[in-house]
Amino acid sequence: MANPGIWRNEPAAPRAEPETGRPARAPGNAARGAVAMDPPAGNTLGIHDLLARLDSLAEENYFDGPTADATGPARLGALADPRCYRDPLNIAGWGANGLRAMLGGMIAIRETEIALGRLVESGDVVCPVHLAVGQEAIPVGVSHNLDASDRVFGGHRSHGHYLAQGGDLDQLFAEVLGKDAGCSRGMGGSMHLFAPETGFWGSVPIVGATIPVAVGAALAAKMDGKGAVAVAYFGDGAAEEGVLHEALNMASTMKLPVLFVCENNLYASHMDIAQRQPHDSTARFAHAHAVPAMVVDGNDALAVARAAGRLIGESRAGRGPGYLEAVSYRWYGHVGPDENIDVGLRRSAEELAAWKQRDPVMRLGAAMTARGDLTDADIDSMRADAAARAAQAAERALAAPYPEARALFDYVFARRAG
Amino acid sequence: MNYARGIRDGFQYLLKTYPEVFAIGQGLWSPWYVGASMTDLDKEFGTDRVIDTPVSELATTGAAVGASLCGYRPIVIHPRMDFMILAADQIVNQAAKWSHMMGGRASPAVTVRAIINRGGEQGAQHSQALHSWYAHIPGLRVVTPATASDARDLLIASVLCDAPVLYIDNRWLYECESPDSPVVELKLEEEGPRVLRDGSDVTLVGSGYATWLCLQAAEVLAADGIDAEVVDLRVLNPFEPGAVIRSVRHTGRLVAVDDGWQTCGMAGEIIAAVAEAVEPACLKSRPARITLPDAPAPTSKTLEAAYYPTVEDVVNAALAQLGRAPAPKLAKAS
Repeated sequence: MANPGIWRNEPAAPRAEPETGRPARAPGNAARGAVAMDPPAGNTLGIHDLLARLDSLAEENYFDGPTADATGPARLGALADPRCYRDPLNIAGWGANGLRAMLGGMIAIRETEIALGRLVESGDVVCPVHLAVGQEAIPVGVSHNLDASDRVFGGHRSHGHYLAQGGDLDQLFAEVLGKDAGCSRGMGGSMHLFAPETGFWGSVPIVGATIPVAVGAALAAKMDGKGAVAVAYFGDGAAEEGVLHEALNMASTMKLPVLFVCENNLYASHMDIAQRQPHDSTARFAHAHAVPAMVVDGNDALAVARAAGRLIGESRAGRGPGYLEAVSYRWYGHVGPDENIDVGLRRSAEELAAWKQRDPVMRLGAAMTARGDLTDADIDSMRADAAARAAQAAERALAAPYPEARALFDYVFARRAG
Repeated sequence: MNYARGIRDGFQYLLKTYPEVFAIGQGLWSPWYVGASMTDLDKEFGTDRVIDTPVSELATTGAAVGASLCGYRPIVIHPRMDFMILAADQIVNQAAKWSHMMGGRASPAVTVRAIINRGGEQGAQHSQALHSWYAHIPGLRVVTPATASDARDLLIASVLCDAPVLYIDNRWLYECESPDSPVVELKLEEEGPRVLRDGSDVTLVGSGYATWLCLQAAEVLAADGIDAEVVDLRVLNPFEPGAVIRSVRHTGRLVAVDDGWQTCGMAGEIIAAVAEAVEPACLKSRPARITLPDAPAPTSKTLEAAYYPTVEDVVNAALAQLGRAPAPKLAKAS
């Protein structure tokens, strides 16, 4: 039986073997009948493989399923293996201008976060700063399908989500430094970003807290009837919070236009996902609530953009929520610019080096230079420009004033200000 | 108009007048969850605006917070305040904090309606009055109507207020009558404690059901020639004790009544406010408080009868303030 929770436009899952009543294990893309839709092998092979796996998962008794061992469970397979998916992206069919914007977006996020990390090291920034270097393809790919009328919510690691929606760079640096000119007037710091004028409706560090808030924004969007969608970004750790289950159930039942984006970077703080969950793919929760789910290489901006586009398109058409699991890896530790190579089961210098070979920026850049869209020098100059913009923003923010003391009470019961 | 009718009239007025208002919570299509306070609103305004939900307090409350950020005026209903604790993150960490954390730019104008539903030997997890707990939270307005007209007008004011509001009503008050009055749109920011009965001998202060106890006690005391002044707090956070202080300066005696627990509770807050502001020479006796004992609600009939404060308790506390002996046994309240 094909699983209704999986993407409904996909070709049917392999039929059950008559003698066992169990679905056949999907041998690969050919068995999905999906060859025509597949880009060449390498980058998106795992998507269909995963969809097939998830189809079959639905037929399994979870209690009989494999459990985590010390080296990690196998559900994500190659997607969680940094030796795979290192090739330049397949950019056939993508125009140079659009790709350049996405590459520029990723580079801007990376250079901004590197600059923020330096401010932590220098002691200018004291608030907790959670960097997402290595994960830039996810917000860039998702926001590729969004505009300022949509409602994006994030968590503790949301600089990229804010920037990908067009959040102001100066206001970001000012906010992280606690300055009055910040996007939250210096009252929030790195973990409380807010830029509704861009469609970024807030990030907070209580794990999973904005998941139901995004569901509410989707309820509002549905009531508005103008086709806007909400996006809830969260990590694999937040998938362990009960509220995700409640939110998926509600959104699915009420057919709300919300995209749940799980940025699965395989770690929650210091804890390897193998120490926390019996399976390393969180899309099973979407499955349980009949929410269409796609699992993609989160270091492939185009795979993210395509999958998010399909799920968001369904939401905009009134067909309810979607779930996107994007597998990635953060190059820095949980908080601050330290690499944290001494934590968790797998995290090591070797693992980090391997993941850096699956660099989302380099893979798109290499594809574009190979096609002649850009030269290496162009990419270098994009990097230099982004770094210079970040440095200037940091300088301006360092010189900007702190909020006045009365701000402590000004906003406690604030009236709507806009 | 009784108190339940007041609540229903408040919902009806809001849903009729403001298209951005909607109600969401458990039991809204099954009115026994919420007494007579929301009867047939789903039929009158449709199930798109009066939404019954899965058994998901946290997601429902979070969804209301999210919708409020996007221009709607949701009212989340928690038919029993005990279960609302499952949604505490969204109330305490999110709704109450977003304005401050986002520098006043985010305005979660959500109203959370919590119902105190106690008695009937329901026991420890079906009996709690947690208003003091939530009144501790900066950024969360806490409203506790005691009369039918306030049940309606403070609900309307809560929903029209741009800040998150916890509106707490008590099913023990649903049958209480107020004179009919026209609907008024109050500004919640300007509402606070109100003197419901003038008197010169002793000040009785309460909120919600405790105010009803105070009013009943004042009647009993009046029969005995004692003029009790009754102050109804109405809004617990932000707490503005001015009316209480003025009253105690006048009477010199204070009984703070609360139907929540004693430790870190509103009754203690009332006494602290008086102790800080009223000159010691003004006080003719030491202030007293009547609260629940610091124990979870029992189920046993005899223990439950002893557990809840009664009119008699308030009367006797007032008499003690005046140096008088306890009253002869009164009929148990409610």
